[in-house]
Parts: sequence; structure tokens; C-alpha cells
Amino acid sequence: MKPTNIKDPEYFHKVVDCQYACPAHTPVPEYIRLIAAERYGEAYMVNWESNVFPGVLGRTCDRPCEPACRRGRVDEEPVAICRLKRVAADNKGDVSAAMPVAPDIKKQGRVALIGAGPASLTVARDLAPLGYEIDLFDDQPLAGGFMRSQIPVFRLPPEVLDEEVGFVLDLGIKQHFRHYVDSLGAVLEKDYDAIFVGTGAPRGSDLSIPGREEADKHIHIGIDWLASVAFEHLSKVGRRVLVLGGGNTAMDCCRTARRLGGEDVKVVVRSERAKMKASPWEIDDAIAEDIPIINNHVPKEFVHENGKLTGVRFTVVDVVYDDGGNRKLVPTGEEVFFEADDVIIAIGQDNAFPWIERDIGLEFGKWDMPVIDPVTFQSTNPRVFFGGDAAFGPENIITAVAHGHQAAISMDRFIRGEDVHDRPAPGVTLVSQKMGVHEWSYDSAVSLEDRFPVPHVDKTLALKDRKVEVELGFDRAVAYREAERCLNCDVQTVFITDKCIECDGCVDICPTECINFLPNDEEAALRTKLRMAADELDQDLYVSDALAQTGRVMVKDENVCLHCGLCAERCPTGAWDMQRFLYQVTKAGQPCSQSKR
Amino acid sequence: MTYIKPAFRHPKAPVNDLGWTRQDYEGGLSTLCAGCGHDSISAAIVDACFQLNIEPHRVAKLSGIGCSSKTPAYFLSGSHSFNSVHGRMPSVATGANLANRDLIYIGVSGDGDTASIGLGQFAHGARRNLNMTYIVENNGCYGLTKGQDSATMDTGSVNKKGDRNLSTPMDVARLAIEVGATFVGRSFSGDKEQLVPLIKAALSHRGFALLDVISPCVTFNNHQGSSKSYEHFRSVKEVMPLDFVPVREEITASYASGTTCEVRMHDGSMVRLHKQDSDHDIEDRQSALQAIAHYESQGKVLTGLLYIDRDSEELHDQLGTARRPLNTLTEQELCPGSKFLDSINAGLR
Repeated sequence: MKPTNIKDPEYFHKVVDCQYACPAHTPVPEYIRLIAAERYGEAYMVNWESNVFPGVLGRTCDRPCEPACRRGRVDEEPVAICRLKRVAADNKGDVSAAMPVAPDIKKQGRVALIGAGPASLTVARDLAPLGYEIDLFDDQPLAGGFMRSQIPVFRLPPEVLDEEVGFVLDLGIKQHFRHYVDSLGAVLEKDYDAIFVGTGAPRGSDLSIPGREEADKHIHIGIDWLASVAFEHLSKVGRRVLVLGGGNTAMDCCRTARRLGGEDVKVVVRSERAKMKASPWEIDDAIAEDIPIINNHVPKEFVHENGKLTGVRFTVVDVVYDDGGNRKLVPTGEEVFFEADDVIIAIGQDNAFPWIERDIGLEFGKWDMPVIDPVTFQSTNPRVFFGGDAAFGPENIITAVAHGHQAAISMDRFIRGEDVHDRPAPGVTLVSQKMGVHEWSYDSAVSLEDRFPVPHVDKTLALKDRKVEVELGFDRAVAYREAERCLNCDVQTVFITDKCIECDGCVDICPTECINFLPNDEEAALRTKLRMAADELDQDLYVSDALAQTGRVMVKDENVCLHCGLCAERCPTGAWDMQRFLYQVTKAGQPCSQSKR
Repeated sequence: MTYIKPAFRHPKAPVNDLGWTRQDYEGGLSTLCAGCGHDSISAAIVDACFQLNIEPHRVAKLSGIGCSSKTPAYFLSGSHSFNSVHGRMPSVATGANLANRDLIYIGVSGDGDTASIGLGQFAHGARRNLNMTYIVENNGCYGLTKGQDSATMDTGSVNKKGDRNLSTPMDVARLAIEVGATFVGRSFSGDKEQLVPLIKAALSHRGFALLDVISPCVTFNNHQGSSKSYEHFRSVKEVMPLDFVPVREEITASYASGTTCEVRMHDGSMVRLHKQDSDHDIEDRQSALQAIAHYESQGKVLTGLLYIDRDSEELHDQLGTARRPLNTLTEQELCPGSKFLDSINAGLR
């Protein structure tokens, strides 16, 4: 193998599994250390810079970081990254002084943002401080998009959302709420320099089976139903409720139903438990509220008496995999009838762009989705950019934020007349953490504690009032202990080949046996020859140049390195050093010259 | 501050036939200097015992005084251990071994502990063919007292202060062959590929097994001009690779023909080694001594299994001692009664 190029920011970025997995690449270990140091405000700002909605995400994020967390590979459970983020938000104090300020004179250009969800708000956050004049349009009375209409208040209190939406709107954004944009063509005719479409995926999928039309009065589309509850158009539901679907929307629907008078609430899912789209913790929370999840039941018909819904009939299926690994739901012949007063359909959502004309130079492709460049987020009409669920279909908040950052870079460059495909390089620092013989400027000792559960409010209290937040969040003491579970994967093991005397001190001390010295070979061969075979192929091997004394190379399997720093402590010559790696995604307004390395 | 080794291990860490992981063979935290060769030898002992499926409680670790003699604290924390007086480890080992012949004895000593103050004890332990593995962690200096030249320091080697050593070195491997050790090997702390199988073979040998392991002192003897630095020793060592093949395993490794030799050990296991020299008969004392001298005359140091006598009589055989450890003998066996006394007395009349 060739020696690893650690000057490539992406190499060490990939070692920070949580940050790498995060669509917005939030520097997770960096803010977790700040939480451990009780520097909550700074921890909040590290988050805010990267993901704009730390308080919201600390409660609702899909947390792709946690399955990626290295700790999950050596311990039973990963670090509770998401809930630590909430600790930063809960304890941040007054951060107004750290917030950017938009210049009074806006001379960069005029920008329209359509939809006031996380993607648009991120674009606004990035462009307003640069001096853009920004018009924000939404048909709802308040900003927040799906964060407000879809996430129940018992998971996300409105004050939290209002504050973080406010941080953005306070940057001098011109707000046009209760304003439905019914023609993109008309917006294009106004002299905006660039337009961003962040209108989400607003159409809930329906279920066309017999009885659907007749029983319509008591059959609801999940996302519309949640929005009606959120905006208090609706405050009651029948005693017996069936929720159809296995995603997170279904979980929100069933838990909301429990709070609106639903006593017998069931979730019925076509597929088996393992294939459900809902996050495991959301399923757990639903089950904890006495909601059974019934799998392998395919809805067959809505049963009604003279238009009054009485229940739903299901076909029970077996899940069968053929030789090609394709899944098939094979009816067992059994049918089941569940009584219901209301049915909520939460089986997916689609994009819909009835307000975008098809003759304005904006091309639509597969599934009637606009054709969008996945890097620049530019549509085929160069003035129009997309992001969030509107770009590539339903995802989640953190993905929408990541899109917003990238779209803002493109819009800024487009308006300045620069090439949108020339992307700014990330900001990277790599600094030694050595303070003394056994002293590092990070807590290198590895905590052996198990993951701490987040305390919940008493169930009867929670079910009585829709507005009572269920999760209480970690207190500071528990947050510290949870933060100490972080392995500091951003403190990198940097190997300096020239200094190594091949004493094997690092090999002997490494608790997870990830360091090796052996003759060089092809990667596939090396992976099998290490002390512990490196069979996690998506985890890289760190390979040095040939060593002076034996001509061997150092090969480190990054997979389960604990970043404990013992290799560096046991190294007599400082050939190993622990260096803190900070990777920051560059935001709009930075020049691209750095990218030409 | 890390300092303490975290308890997490590789999730796919292998287990041996006893169901134990390598971690079960580790010891306490080493307080030796970072980069000390002794720590590598400790790790090699851990590997060897793990791979040989030795239960730690069946091992007795013995040592004298010095950096080397601290190391039994850093491996096999589940074993018996005795840190004796300077140079007197062989006596304690002899006593322990005679009392309990069922344990596996690992003596760890240094060049001072063996070649200076303990030379007499060492020679007599070897001469009596005491059944133990005796490892000399040889760094050519007294690291614990600021790095003075030891008795194994090569002539002409320069110490850290810049002085040249004028005395003739003691070669403990050669001495061991001369005085009657029945298994003699030499190796290098920085070459586990050779050291681990060599320790396994030594542990499987019945009789006195001496391993002279060059183990650089990073603090006092790893500079230019030292003959026992990592760099210098790597440049002069002539490696005879070897495989240790446990009783039940098939032999798979193959070396160039003509120079490969197989030695069936007392317990049925096998050592396969690749000799540098087809004239070197490792079962012949004179041949072994000649091979060592031959390489020395070329400025080289021969490493590997140098000499073995497979069918020797160890001390218990020589003395005709009880076949069981003394602590398992019952009152019945120790005091067989007046009838036996009478027969003994009758034999003396």
C-alpha cells in the first residue's frame, strides 16, 4: 500500500466516525469535550455554526452519528450524542453576543427563500451575515416548516423551536408568512438574484383500498393530521385508533392520538419489525405508552356502516426471501379485523410542485422531481436552487441543514459570478495535545460506564397533556459522565515515520491490538496479516512509509482504536503523537483558493 | 492522563482452548521506561502462554533484582510469583521446583543479575538441569543505576557517557552450553516472530532452558556506538527463524530444503527451524559453540535455537524425588508406619 496521506482532510475526517456520518459534519467530539468542561455556551455555538438548530436536533435528530459511533464497536451502546447536544442547548445561557450580525446595508444581492423550514432557514443564516437581502415566504403563520407542524410538542416544545428560528429571523430576514407562493414563474419575474426552494415533501401518501372514500370522515393522512393538531385545529380523536405505517411519522401519530383521547391505539405495519423505518428509540417510546406495534398485517379494506368507519380488515402475511434476497409478503390466508373509530395513514410522503410551471427552464426528471445537481443544489434554471426534502425527497432535519449550507455556498458564488462547481475546502486544524509525560490536554482515560438513559416524565402526566415534554434531558452531572464516555476520536494518532526506532512499545501496549509492523503488501493481503484481521472494510488502514531499520511499514487499523494515547505515551521518541483534528465544513462567503492544494 | 490500560479490547479478540483471551494473561501496568525492550519480552511471554493454553495459576514466575526482575509484575498476574534477592533467583527456583514439580517455572533475570552477582547461582542451576525457563533480558548495562556497563557489554561498545568498554563480555548463552544447560536460545526483544515460538519451545522443554534475549535499554544504551542498541543489534543479528508446532497441529510452514531441521519435543510438540548453516548440528554442544563463534568472528550474532538436548535427565530424575508435589502427599505417605521403619532399619543392619 502507499503511505497514507494524512494531509488529505478526508482521511482523519473519516476516523471521526460520528462527524463523518453526520450530513452536516458537526464536530461532535469537540462539543462533547466542551460539555464535559461545563462550557455549554461554546458547545452550543460549535453546534449552531454547523447545524443551526441544536436545541431542536438535540431532541429530534435521526442521529446517524450514533450508529456510527466507535464506542458502539467496543462497548454495548454508543455515546448518547444527540441527548448531549440537548444539554448544550439547555444550559447555554445567553449566547446573543456570539451570534453573527447582518450588516445594515445589504448590497450583495436579493434572494428569495420559498418555504420556511430548516433548509431555507439555514440558507438565510448563511447568507444574511454576508449582506444579502432575504425574502422568506411560507404559507404557515410561523416559521419552522415540518419542525413545527410534524414534530409533536411533547417531543419538541415550541419555545425551543421559537428561540432557534428566532436566531435566524433576527438577522434581518424579511418575513412573508401566510403567503402561499402559487407560481415560481412569478417569483422569477421579480428581480431576485437567486431563489431557493425549500418547500419540503408536503403530500402524505394515501391508501386506495375499498372503503377509503366511503369512510373518509374518519380516515386521516398522518402529516396533515399532525399539522392540524400542531396548529390546534383539532384536539380530539376517537377512543379506538389505528395508525397504519411503520415510520417515525406513524410513531408521532400514535403517541399524539394517545394524548387526544385515544385509549386503544394500535400501530399496524405491513412489514416485519426489522424493516420498519422508524428509529428504534421512537418505537420504544411508543411501546412505553401502551401502544402495540402489530407487524406483517397488510390493510385490505376499510370497513364501514353507512359511511361510518367501524374498523379495518387486514391480511396477515409471512415475510419470505427468495434466493436473490428479494423480500415478498406472502398471505397466510388468515384475515384479521381491528375495530377503530379513527384511522391515521402514515405510510410515506411525496413531493408535489403544482406551483412550479413546466415552461420556465426548470427541468423535471424521474418521479416528477426537479433535476438537481447533488453537489451544488442548482436546478437546470441556474437562478433556482433546491434543498431539504424538496431536493431529493423526504429525509430529515439534519440533511436539510446540510443541503442549506451547500446551497448557500452555490447561491453566493452564483451571484458573485463565480463557478458554483468550485467548492471551498474544509477548514482543518491538527494540533498536538501533549502537555507532559503522561498528560494530555484531553481526558484520554477511557470511561467504562454504560450509556445513561434519559429520564422521562411520569407517564400518566405525559399522557394527560399533549404539551408536557416527555424527555427531561440529562442533568449536568449525568451529562458529564455521559460526555466522558466519548472516546475523543478527533484526537488523532499521528505517526512520524522518521522518529520510530521499532521498539514495539506501542504494539505491546495497544489495548485493541490495532498497531502492527510488518512488510508492506497490497491492502487486501495486509488486512489479513495484521495481529487482528482488519475485516471492517469501510474502516481505513493507516500505513506509514518504509521504516529505516527493517524496511517494514507501520499499519494501524483505525476500526477500534480507543484514542487512549497509550501508543504515544509508550513511544520513547515521540514517533506517535496525539493531535486534535478539527474539521469544519466551510460555509458561504469563504474564498475557494484554499481548495487548490 | 491515560497511563492505565483501558479494559476494552478488540471485539473479535480470539480465545484459546481454555476459553481465555490474551487479556487474561496480562499483568499490571509497566513502570519501565517507554520503549524498553523488557516490555516486549513480557508481551512475548503473554503471547506464548496464551497460545500454549497454559493456565496462569500453573505458572510460577521468579526473578532477582533489576529492571528485568521487575517485569514479572507486568505479565501473568494470575500466576505465582517470587521476587528474590539479587542473583539468588536460581536458588529459590530450585527450592520451589523440588517442592512442587507440577508448576511451570519462568525465571526472569537480567545481565547483572545473571552474569555478575548471580553468575554462580545461574551456572549451577544450568548444571543441575533444573526444569525451568530462564530468560536473561540482556541490555548490556545497569539501567536501574544510571547505565553503567554490565558484564555482557561487548568490548569496544561505547556507553552513554562516551567511554569505551575494555573488558571482555560474558556470553551467557555460550556459558550455559558449556556448563550443561539442555536448551539454549538467543533472540531479540524486537523480533517477536522469532521470540514467541522460542519461548514456547523453551516452556515445552523438560530441563534447563536458557534464553539470552537482547533487550535494548532506550534510556542508557540505545545510542550510536552501543552494540546493544535497536539499530546496531538489528544490523548484526543473523536470524534462524523457527516455528513451534503444538502437539495437535499439522505442520504447514516450509523452508528451503537442506537447512530445515525438525526437533520433536518431550511433550510431542515439534520445533521446526531454519538454520543459517547446514553444518550447525543443534543437538551437538561443540557444533553449537562453533556456530556461535563462527558468526561472532564475522561480527554477527547468531539468534534462534542454538542448542538442545531433548532426552536429558532433569534434576528430579537425577535425585529420584517423589513424583508428586510435596503439598499433595498425605500423612499416610509421609508417615507410612512402623512396618516401613522396621524394613528400613533392617536394610541398614
